[in-house]
Amino acid sequence: MNALEVRDLRKVYRNDVVALRGVNLEVAEGDFFALLGPNGAGKSTLIGIVSSLVNATSGEARVFGISVQKERSRAMAQIGLVPQEVNFNQFEKPFDIVVNQAGYYGVPRRIARERAEHYLKKLSLWDKAFGPSRQLSGGMKRRLMIARAMVHEPKLLILDEPTAGVDIEIRRSMWKFISEINEAGTTVILTTHYLEEAENLCRNVAIIDHGGIIENTSVKALLGKLQVETFVLDLREPIDSLPEVDGIEIIKRDASTLEASIPKSRSLNRLFRVLEEQGVEVISMRNKANRLEELFMRLVGIDEEAA
Amino acid sequence: MSVDVSAHSYWIGYKTILIKEVTRILRIWPQTLIPPVITMTLYFVIFGSIIGRRVGEMGGIDYMEFIVPGLIMLSVITNSYGNITSSFFGAKFGKHIEELLISPLPPWIILAGYVSGALFRALSVGFLVWLVAGFFSGFFMHNALVTISILVMTAVVFALGGFINAIYAQKFDDIAIIPTFVLQPMTYLGGVFFSVGLLPGLWEQVALGNPILYMVNALRYGMLGITDVSLGLAYFMIVLFGTLLGGIALFLLKRGTGLRT
Repeated sequence: MNALEVRDLRKVYRNDVVALRGVNLEVAEGDFFALLGPNGAGKSTLIGIVSSLVNATSGEARVFGISVQKERSRAMAQIGLVPQEVNFNQFEKPFDIVVNQAGYYGVPRRIARERAEHYLKKLSLWDKAFGPSRQLSGGMKRRLMIARAMVHEPKLLILDEPTAGVDIEIRRSMWKFISEINEAGTTVILTTHYLEEAENLCRNVAIIDHGGIIENTSVKALLGKLQVETFVLDLREPIDSLPEVDGIEIIKRDASTLEASIPKSRSLNRLFRVLEEQGVEVISMRNKANRLEELFMRLVGIDEEAA
Repeated sequence: MSVDVSAHSYWIGYKTILIKEVTRILRIWPQTLIPPVITMTLYFVIFGSIIGRRVGEMGGIDYMEFIVPGLIMLSVITNSYGNITSSFFGAKFGKHIEELLISPLPPWIILAGYVSGALFRALSVGFLVWLVAGFFSGFFMHNALVTISILVMTAVVFALGGFINAIYAQKFDDIAIIPTFVLQPMTYLGGVFFSVGLLPGLWEQVALGNPILYMVNALRYGMLGITDVSLGLAYFMIVLFGTLLGGIALFLLKRGTGLRT
């Protein structure tokens, strides 16, 4: 069964802005799915409709086969939502916020308290559980919203930019937590601007632009579309002249750094052989840019220079 | 995994909203419970004790006793309305209303939870004002059933009105306009401080078009056994307004007016 099925979903706002133009999308149960798109592409509108915060103009969204439009209560019981913006009462304590959310989903108070403790501990917030939530840092607030979304143990967890503005250490701990949730059986849909996040975590991806899905495939298949990869080579010694290798474009970033753009059809061995013959010693190598990022920019037509 | 949607889960949801509301009211008690008590004490001192002595009797009752039901009703109305507007609009303004909007709870449970919270505050303040009134004029009760039912029903009517106000409100000014320019004049002209029979002919007829007059008089009957209007008509007016406002509030909540885009 699909965790999410979206059919011909359209949304036209009152100011005549067309946010979604007949979107079709399927997310399989158990998937870890990335929804990518530039700002204003329609990601948040799509999530808003699925979580019933936005009324669709036409079309239908189904969560585990249950129509959001026709059986809202049953559909909502399946979903946990981590929104982009902080939307809890900052005058309440984190523990109360999580316990109350469980109550809205019909979780008895005793169980809600146990679960709140469990998730707040899991997300390293237990020591802040009974203090004012407005004093939490930005990263803590995001983790609190994840705990809140998980307290009724939803079958589908939707995270809208969960790691935006979060430092790398916290981001990695959040990735670990979300991956564990997914491994335990919860379907996860993630929107993110960190394409590295999507590449590392997600199995499938959809790219939305101008209110329509322009790509919907596996992350692996998407990366397979990359024809040329650019590597940055750090050299032990500065060089004067550029080495020449057939079929590989090499440019000098500075005296001891090269950029080599290599088509998929070519082997890296040949590059290293030529460099060795010319006495150029490479001490480290990395991808110039995130691979998914390159594809994303190409698909949504963003000019790299302009970006 | 996942939760069931049943009457029991709705009951838990309702209790959660109510507990949250009661906790909020008690957490900020210096803002919610104390100011109305101080204001009403001043009314009792100035209008009841100082001016009331010169007024003597109103409708055959000592003036101090006469104003007690009206002042209790004034407290109940303003606190019921004020609680739901500030709480629901605050949740909307702070976006934490989304916690409820994405939950499986149907609109009528959300409405019932907020109205019950307003009822708690209105009756708490009403009780405190009654205690203060007892200090000035002694405790009296003609018919407890009428007194309690009128207070509860009136608080529900104004909570529903406040809920509709909060749904449409875009800024904090929008929740202050109706209490200041509509509710307060209607309450003061609804016979809190005087018997409607004192008004000259035409103005008496105008006053009879004011629904608050029926509520104040019904409570006055419950506490003192006197009223300017028919008790049956008072109950009818309250039920009519309650049904009308409840229907509108539910319709707006279901449609997502001011809440869902």
